[in-house]
Amino acid sequence: MNVDMELDARGLNCPLPILKTKKALAGMASGQVLKVISTDCGSVKDMESFSSQTGNPLLEQAENDGEYTFFMQKK
Amino acid sequence: MKKMAIIATKGTLDMAYPPFILGSTAAALGYEVQIFFTFYGLTLLRKDLSGVKISPLANPAMPMPVPMPVFVQMLPGMESMATMMMKDKMKKKGVASLEELRSLCQEADVKFVACQMTVDLFEFEKSDFIDGIEYGGAATFMDFAGDTDICLFV
Repeated sequence: MNVDMELDARGLNCPLPILKTKKALAGMASGQVLKVISTDCGSVKDMESFSSQTGNPLLEQAENDGEYTFFMQKK
Repeated sequence: MKKMAIIATKGTLDMAYPPFILGSTAAALGYEVQIFFTFYGLTLLRKDLSGVKISPLANPAMPMPVPMPVFVQMLPGMESMATMMMKDKMKKKGVASLEELRSLCQEADVKFVACQMTVDLFEFEKSDFIDGIEYGGAATFMDFAGDTDICLFV
């Protein structure tokens, strides 16, 4: 996937991954893709909720070895 | 735009988190947020948050590294020690500090309203508070709260 910006949210706990995602998206153009890496297992549900409430599509997500990766497109 | 109003009435570390976590998150989700700080909650608006502590004595459910009898919890310095330990744990677990969450709220245009009556009651100095806050009373709160989707009392 084509990634325009990457956010390393590893080691951060709720609600920081969401707040930093919001901040990162604010600096991006519509259609661009943000990759977020997190170690907070709560961020899986939270990122889905963030996506559905803000309308920024969550294109893909994956878990690997305790790290969660999200690809979110700026609406 | 959805709206959320919170009344923050407590000035302990554990009770300081919910208003700032929920406020900053709601703002990130596009809510217009207002937090009304009253009674001990007003101390959360101080520039210096070092007076915001956790009391093991008042929180019997607080997980402790070693069980501690009540008479030990009463000893001088126990509150400061518990606060230091809690802050240290939070840092290790990647939980934001109160200062960080508070400034994230302000960056996201969360409106802070300080209760004027409490300021007078406890003779607080406005110069001790952070910038960018408003002062008002119960009617000021209702003006905003009456039209919210979420309204919480902490």
